[in-house]
Amino acid sequence: MSKHTLAVLVENSPGVLARVASLFSRRAYNIDSLAVGPTENSDISRMTIVLNLEGHVLEQVMAQLYKLVNVIAISEMPTETTIQREVLLVKVEPGAARDEVLSMVKRFESKVVDEEDGVLTIEATGESEIIAALLEALRPYGLKELVQSGLVALERGRAALSDRTLSAQGISTLHEIGNTQTDYQN
Amino acid sequence: MSAHGQEMTGASSLVKSLEAAGVDVMFGIPGGAILPAYDPIFDSSIRHILVRHEQGAGHAATGYAQVTGRTGVCIATSGPGATNLVTALADAQMDSVPIVAITGQVPSNAIGTDAFQEADIRGVTMPITKHNYLITDPADIPRAIAEAFHIAGTGRPGPVLVDIAKDALQKMTTFKYPTNIQLAGYKPQVEPDAQAIRDAAALISQSKKPVFYVGGGIIKSNAHRELMQLAEIVGAPVVTTLMARGAFPDSHQLHLGMPGMHGSVAAVTALQKSDLLITLGARFDDRVTGKLSTFAVNAKIIHADIDPAEIGKNRFADVAVIGDLKHIIKALIPAVQTEFKKSKPDLTEWWRQMGSLRETYPVGYTHPEDGSVSPQYVIQRISDISGPDSIYVAGVGQHQMWASQFVKFEKPRTWLNSGGLGTMGYAVPAAMGAKVGAPDTTVWAIDGDGCFQMTNQELVTCALNNIPIKVAIINNESLGMVRQWQTMFYEGRYSNTSLESKRIPDFVKLADAMGCAGLRCDKTEDVDAVIKEAMSINDQPVVVDFSVFRDAMVWPMVAAGTSNDDIMIARDLAPDWDSEEL
Repeated sequence: MSKHTLAVLVENSPGVLARVASLFSRRAYNIDSLAVGPTENSDISRMTIVLNLEGHVLEQVMAQLYKLVNVIAISEMPTETTIQREVLLVKVEPGAARDEVLSMVKRFESKVVDEEDGVLTIEATGESEIIAALLEALRPYGLKELVQSGLVALERGRAALSDRTLSAQGISTLHEIGNTQTDYQN
Repeated sequence: MSAHGQEMTGASSLVKSLEAAGVDVMFGIPGGAILPAYDPIFDSSIRHILVRHEQGAGHAATGYAQVTGRTGVCIATSGPGATNLVTALADAQMDSVPIVAITGQVPSNAIGTDAFQEADIRGVTMPITKHNYLITDPADIPRAIAEAFHIAGTGRPGPVLVDIAKDALQKMTTFKYPTNIQLAGYKPQVEPDAQAIRDAAALISQSKKPVFYVGGGIIKSNAHRELMQLAEIVGAPVVTTLMARGAFPDSHQLHLGMPGMHGSVAAVTALQKSDLLITLGARFDDRVTGKLSTFAVNAKIIHADIDPAEIGKNRFADVAVIGDLKHIIKALIPAVQTEFKKSKPDLTEWWRQMGSLRETYPVGYTHPEDGSVSPQYVIQRISDISGPDSIYVAGVGQHQMWASQFVKFEKPRTWLNSGGLGTMGYAVPAAMGAKVGAPDTTVWAIDGDGCFQMTNQELVTCALNNIPIKVAIINNESLGMVRQWQTMFYEGRYSNTSLESKRIPDFVKLADAMGCAGLRCDKTEDVDAVIKEAMSINDQPVVVDFSVFRDAMVWPMVAAGTSNDDIMIARDLAPDWDSEEL
């Protein structure tokens, strides 16, 4: 089992999410999470895909993904060089333990965004491990309901995937696009 | 372009766009949603051939494309018209054939309402097309058509579907055909990387047992001349896959035949024992490799392909060369010559081994003891009499394998078959498309009695449209390949493989009813005369019912899932490896 996070720039066209999902289904690649949203460019959407690869090679997955005409650029997002975040909304009904929960919330740098009928709704943003740890810490107080976003990731510093699109550089091959080891390679 | 900037309906804009894309013929059937397009088609310079089933339109477009190297076009209405194209699209996707399919869609305000004849054909065909479109605005039609032809015909070719809502065809628009296509996410690499070429040349010069593993990409890239040049410089054995038959002449001294499940002993063994596979436009298909973990275990791999996703998909490549094969081989030739000045490998011993296998185990057959006609003999005689300039189109099954083994191919684009998808029923409509693309060439469909009964209605289309193809039905009254597997792996329990087609239907009467000449042959001594008679009829399609030996089997064979090392030359009979020094 090996986990990889991919950032994928796609044309903001109808059906593009279905194309990506269809490819993953057809080739039996396992997705842990997929988050998609708009970017600074209204023509381009960005997907962050967390893959759980068993028996598949990352380069092969990236090459297959890149064959989709609407896929503009792909890059792996290694944890060392990128910022990775998930969002959690969770409802807890702590009863007498309200103060304990509140201190927990503070410790995890999360916040209570709603309190109604003795139910606290807590919002947390963080790396997957932090979110998981918060959930474990809250579990003894009873998790009434929770929702988690897929992971999103962005490279640190000046590096930007959008600078590496074909149109941005007028480059004729994907082979040349990658300037880091983790980029797609032939 | 005189129509440029004119006001017209979306339908007229579609037809003008197809004309601008250089389309000269399309195969299709009208229906409700596509009906607006058929009005301007009536006045267009594009020849529209009215087929009898949309699957036939799709395979005809494929046949046309395979023969001409141009992009084939088929057109159908929404719903069932579109879903009938699905098999042909999947077929074209697997064999990398450039076709564009135009489908009508229900009006945009009805999409999603389960309207009459509505099917989400864009969704349906997503995994079986190179790309597809759903167009609801007439202004988008010319761009979509231009992009569709660009995508279908460049890079690794493939099918592209353009689904157009009926109201987009009916509304007025200004016709503007784009002259320049920019796709942010699509730019196939044509020129190979110079370092990869040098690495490949170095591997070739170090190899003692090289083999050219040649796939259909050579034909698609029109690189057969360059291949010949490179092969003769290197002097290594050449094997041509099912999709590459004709890419290298069968008569050439370097050719060992076809590898794979029903390949020649020499071709299969050359790959197995090689120390370097020079892989050109081939994809390590399971029908070639057999059990992958035992395939060519001592070989390094040079993998040259235009599709980066083929690299390492099934087999690790020591050197990957991405690009158009014509450009790759042109670059490889001087690089190899430079290396050979330093050291040229001595292939004498390698050739002694492979030459011996080729001599000892030619692909052959025996005439049936019961006096019935040998199917292999029929196919061999068609090849000998019709010659290497003819085009041969096969269905799928035993007759397909025999055709690939016993037709002598000398030229590219003379062999059409459904290699990847294995589509029974491919032959008749694909032959129709081939004949339309090459009207002055003799086109033989070598078909099985099972395949023929899937798509023969297109003979009506052929008869009415002056498309005089010739069909040889290799009639063993069975789903022959399935029966062969039942013989080998199911103790001869012939569950549902007997078609009884020597009794029903009467293929001669059927041919006659469809406006074709119908001939019958059930004696070995008549085979030549009947083929010659079929060759003499050129004003209508000809169907010859060759009644052949039912129990003939395709040999050699590597059983599915087993190692190429376990190739059988006849039932329970392996080559005599002990007498071969390998």
